[in-house]
Amino acid sequence: MLSTLTITQAHDKLTKREVSSTELIQACIDRIEAVDGTLNAIVCRNFEKALEEAKKIDSVGKFPSPLTGIPYLTKDVYCEAGVPTTACSNILREKTYIPPFDSTTRKRLKEAGAISVGKTNTDEFTMGASTETSCYGPTRNPWDTTRVAGGSSGGSAAGVAASEGLFALGTDTGGSIRQPAGFCGTTGLRTTYGRTSRYGVMSMASSLDTIGPICKTVEDTAIVLQSIAGKDPLDATTSDVPVPDYRADLRKGMKGLRVGIPKEYFIDGLDPSVEASVKAAIKEFERQGATLVDISLPHTKYALATYYVICPSEVSSNMARYDGVRYGHTVKNPKSLLDYYEQVRSTGFGSEVKRRIMIGTYALSAGYYDAYYRQAQKVRTLIGRDFDEAFKNVDVILTPVSPTPAFTVGAHADDPVAMYLEDAFMDGAVMAGIPAMSIPCGFSKNNLPIGLQLMTAQWQEALLLRAAYAYEQETDWHTKLPPL
Amino acid sequence: MTQLTKDQVKHIAKLARLELTESELEKFPKELTSILQYIDMLKEVDTTGVEPTAQATGQSNVFRDDEIRQSSTSPDALLGCSPLPLADHQIVSPSAHG
Repeated sequence: MLSTLTITQAHDKLTKREVSSTELIQACIDRIEAVDGTLNAIVCRNFEKALEEAKKIDSVGKFPSPLTGIPYLTKDVYCEAGVPTTACSNILREKTYIPPFDSTTRKRLKEAGAISVGKTNTDEFTMGASTETSCYGPTRNPWDTTRVAGGSSGGSAAGVAASEGLFALGTDTGGSIRQPAGFCGTTGLRTTYGRTSRYGVMSMASSLDTIGPICKTVEDTAIVLQSIAGKDPLDATTSDVPVPDYRADLRKGMKGLRVGIPKEYFIDGLDPSVEASVKAAIKEFERQGATLVDISLPHTKYALATYYVICPSEVSSNMARYDGVRYGHTVKNPKSLLDYYEQVRSTGFGSEVKRRIMIGTYALSAGYYDAYYRQAQKVRTLIGRDFDEAFKNVDVILTPVSPTPAFTVGAHADDPVAMYLEDAFMDGAVMAGIPAMSIPCGFSKNNLPIGLQLMTAQWQEALLLRAAYAYEQETDWHTKLPPL
Repeated sequence: MTQLTKDQVKHIAKLARLELTESELEKFPKELTSILQYIDMLKEVDTTGVEPTAQATGQSNVFRDDEIRQSSTSPDALLGCSPLPLADHQIVSPSAHG
């Protein structure tokens, strides 16, 4: 099956004329048609347009970028001119929002010649950890379809795991790339805040949002990052820190790397299979020549609470634009403008979005701002300092991605706090604005993938990829395909 | 410990331009209270003398030259996204006074 190829393999075959871009696109289309009725990873199919683009590329027959002619999937929050983009929310779905412009990332990938075949399922406006808050219903995990794919980039992770695309784009605000990548056995990268452009990607929490790839291998991740990283005049939070060649250091190996193991991430309640797999990975790092260092990140337990103040606060502000005036859902015969806003928003937003808007509205309101938002921003400073201290002595920090493998659909339906706890190991990196990756490191007894999280200091994506690559080359977890 | 009542939730919803249904008014006070009780743990952290972080990478004051740039879309294309009627390049929104 052609769609199981990695970007590197497919590019090789394209340049040798062993396969055409049209054949690659068709393979993904066939795969989506065969399995997506079960998975529900793709919410908008771009097939005709994709085939047209592939035909053009094939007729020229040149593949200057490793992404030229490569099919990919895009989370449904990235604007793509002329293609429905709904954030999997009824507020944009009912009068389908069709953006008249491209996100910067879409533009950069298009210039490289990558071809978008479909938009992927996400929790509504990326708010969730299971893709269950999507107005299109949950995405199923390709390894066990009674379980969630994780979230919010669940459609992107499941789509890559199930070979519906060669890679996918996701967004990571509080773990939304890493957790689904871990649950589905794929490789996910959260970039340094401001390394990639957020322009044209629907905002959730602007001081935390990042965009990044979900791929099959570490090298593919480096390739995609190379295409999308860098300053964008349309997103003032992007940085002019130079973008290195992300593949230059990839093969430098593990020797000489100091790897920090923070005790706060190895807690009671860690699933035994997760603990065993991550501990085995630590041994593998050591075997390859890494120096292990016991470290402490003392404010770890506050990262999640900090997230659930800052995120909803910024959500309440960002969601204000969905007022039924400039785009989206509308209602007939309102009594007044205020009534119009209330009706549009109440019928358009789902429960999780409403919860976060209300928590944020409360946390930012007069008399509570200092106690919640300001205090959370101060704790954010302390969490960042923990990492600064740690990176004086180590190059990479290694932890589990999630405390458990994928849970069953509906498991946290009545308990928002239990759902939030899914992100506990991922919010430290979020607060510190550092890059973090999820790579496959094993399977549970019932054959569910387990993710390993690696983190480095800000802007050190090349180092992060190097460590991940070294581990990946000596293991075969990333080569396993789901029984689908 | 923080506890939200039905009336408080109603008030917050009003501020957020949301109108809650009866069943939402039953479940949200409990759910929002459980979230607030969780985040209350931040109160135990001593942050005396700690500056807040709003931007993790320290980027600030990003300027650009005052040049006319080609916009990526047209005003008409943006207006075309509105679900409301248009009149003379303006969106006709419901009257504030009913």
